[in-house]
Amino acid sequence: MSEAQDFWREAMRRGMGQTAFLRALGGEIVAFENGKGRMRLPFAPHLVGDPQTRVIHGGVLTAMLDQACGMAIGSALNKPAAMATLDLRIDYMKPAAPDSDIHIESECLKITREVAFARAVAFQASREDPVAIATGTFMITGLTA
Amino acid sequence: MTAKAAPDVDALLARVPYCVFLGMRARIESGAVVLDLPFDDKLIGNPILPALHGGVTGSLLETAALVQVLFETGAQKMPKPVDITIDYLRAGKPMLSHARAELVRVGRRVISARAEMWQDDAAKPVAGFRGHFLLG
Repeated sequence: MSEAQDFWREAMRRGMGQTAFLRALGGEIVAFENGKGRMRLPFAPHLVGDPQTRVIHGGVLTAMLDQACGMAIGSALNKPAAMATLDLRIDYMKPAAPDSDIHIESECLKITREVAFARAVAFQASREDPVAIATGTFMITGLTA
Repeated sequence: MTAKAAPDVDALLARVPYCVFLGMRARIESGAVVLDLPFDDKLIGNPILPALHGGVTGSLLETAALVQVLFETGAQKMPKPVDITIDYLRAGKPMLSHARAELVRVGRRVISARAEMWQDDAAKPVAGFRGHFLLG
């Protein structure tokens, strides 16, 4: 952990990323450090997108994967900066099994002056058998190189 | 449009727990589904701006496409999203949002759809979307 990232640890302590929407979904931030992170989403009935199969809505995964990508980038920055999602691509590899937690792992791939790239995976039993994968591009503002 | 009776899209949304949780409503305008999402504090993803969570935007767009598929094809099962891409064009403001979708191609198994989300000015979309859906 570099000294430059003290701000990040402090921001995490203050509850950075604990947004209203994440709380409403019931999602949890497990850990983010040095460009990599993990989140968790327990199954909950209000997340169901298909009442016949009880599979959670794709938008729930979009929310978790978007935030996981953004926070991986945030944890890789040398200075605090504002960030906005530019583009997010999601591949739904298989339906999420009901009544089972979803785990999300993300990593920052590259940070340039204005744009950063990240990817994330959502899985249940095994990381090798993903529910969804995401690739995200983010604009970074207020970052001095 | 098929010969099948068009489903009541708002009643359809009311059976989807996640759509009820978000507070989405659906209506038909000029033969297409329009989704409305009133603002609520729980939808915030950026408390400083404040702005809607990117996942809220994604959820509204994906649902617009799903409901348009159900509306146009009369499919009885929820279509499965295969892949989606969201272009975030502007921050989603804490206010009423709308979305509508069009089906670019309706195949026997797969459907290609586009969607757009806007708020107070339809000429300034908040986000664009395209995605593929498998019919159940």
